[in-house]
Amino acid sequence: MGRFVLPLGLFVLWWASTASGAVKSYQLAGPRDVLRELGDLAQSGALWHDLGASIERVACGFAIAFALALVLGSVVGGSRRAERALDPTLQAVRAVPSLAWVPLILLWLGIGETAKITLVAIGAFFPIYVALVAGIRGVDRKLVEVGTSFGLSRVALVSRVLVPATLPQLLVGARIGLTQAWLFVVAAELLAATSGLGFLLTDGQQTARTDEILVAILLFAACGKLSESGMRVLERRLVGWTDTVPA
Amino acid sequence: MSRQAATTEAARIRRLRKAFGTHLVFDGLDLDVARGERVAILGASGCGKSTLLRCIAGLERPDDGTIVTAGEIGIIFQEPRLFPWLNVKRNVAFAARTDAERARVDNVLAMVGMLHAADRLPKALSGGMAQRVALARSLVRDPALLLLDEPFAALDALRRIELRVAVREILEFTRAGAILVTHDVDDALALADRVIVLAGSPAEIVFSGTVGETATRTAILAALGVNEHGLHGRRATAS
Repeated sequence: MGRFVLPLGLFVLWWASTASGAVKSYQLAGPRDVLRELGDLAQSGALWHDLGASIERVACGFAIAFALALVLGSVVGGSRRAERALDPTLQAVRAVPSLAWVPLILLWLGIGETAKITLVAIGAFFPIYVALVAGIRGVDRKLVEVGTSFGLSRVALVSRVLVPATLPQLLVGARIGLTQAWLFVVAAELLAATSGLGFLLTDGQQTARTDEILVAILLFAACGKLSESGMRVLERRLVGWTDTVPA
Repeated sequence: MSRQAATTEAARIRRLRKAFGTHLVFDGLDLDVARGERVAILGASGCGKSTLLRCIAGLERPDDGTIVTAGEIGIIFQEPRLFPWLNVKRNVAFAARTDAERARVDNVLAMVGMLHAADRLPKALSGGMAQRVALARSLVRDPALLLLDEPFAALDALRRIELRVAVREILEFTRAGAILVTHDVDDALALADRVIVLAGSPAEIVFSGTVGETATRTAILAALGVNEHGLHGRRATAS
């Protein structure tokens, strides 16, 4: 029960301060206004349109990032030579705050979907890549040796020992990557968009509609939380065998 | 002994040479293990006994010499080394390649007394149980030779005795040969027909004796450079 106290308290404070008029609605809309706005947006179809647009960008960007990280992470994790050739550059790129790429991306790709998906992919890529390389490096050499002692081929060694041994780390990386993807879709949609939850944010700002802004914020929170919980369920399902304290 | 009547050896090692960097572990080691024979290898830590086992298992590549083995080889390490993502049954089945071997999984699990835990994950096993499962896994291919690399070292005294009895019974039952690397004279005397002591650098066989004949506790300890009575002797002079 303890975990509900703070959110409930905040909600009551929000409701009381807006309902009493202590805080003006152009500064902060009350719960009832936000709910009404949510209903209006749902009825007009704008809600589903914007929600769908954001989810699509996150899904595409994340999928691209995951595929790229899987390939590059496997190559770098699997070969010292590839690590020497690729990893320093990738680490240098990682050190650049991802939003610093925005001007270049806008110049190169314009303000269309490609630019937004690219930005999401950049944000989601590195957590997955880093986790996968660490996972491959961290595979227990002794387990690999068991496979070798049974005469497993290289392919069998990868599929029966290395892949399952790396999966927990990869899933943790994917979970963090997905959270990053939601972070970056906001940034992408704030810059230039005519749809998406980030568009709701800017639209609300330009029209001084705090209820619209709050709807967008709440939806972002819900999406982020839902995708995070989904990834955790996936982790429990796929790698429940790990003998560690659940994070 | 009838086992010695076998014509071909379970393992034949000739002129084995193995170095790690500048450290020469073996330089021309010869060793024969007859089919069904159980050989214990003792020696100080780092003398090369595990390296010898790993060479036989194919986990280390010898620099020179030949190692010929007959039939399947099973290996058990100091730690169980079970795959944490597979349950007990699937861990054992990991080694199976044919339907016949897959059909043996339940048998070998019953042999080590772990059939009741077939569905458990390794994280739910105690150290002794996990090592039993590892033993079962090494038996799935019906090996002619079992390689045991200090398999009891990580167990407490009671589990150690239990597992030693289990290994002994299994070796009697399967008639598999075995090479047991250990630092424990009691393990060697309980399980082996023949005891070998490795010493020196590069390592050589400085003692080889049959259990019940020349391989007595005192003789083995002497070969290991341990004086059984050293402590008593000193106490006697002190009082």
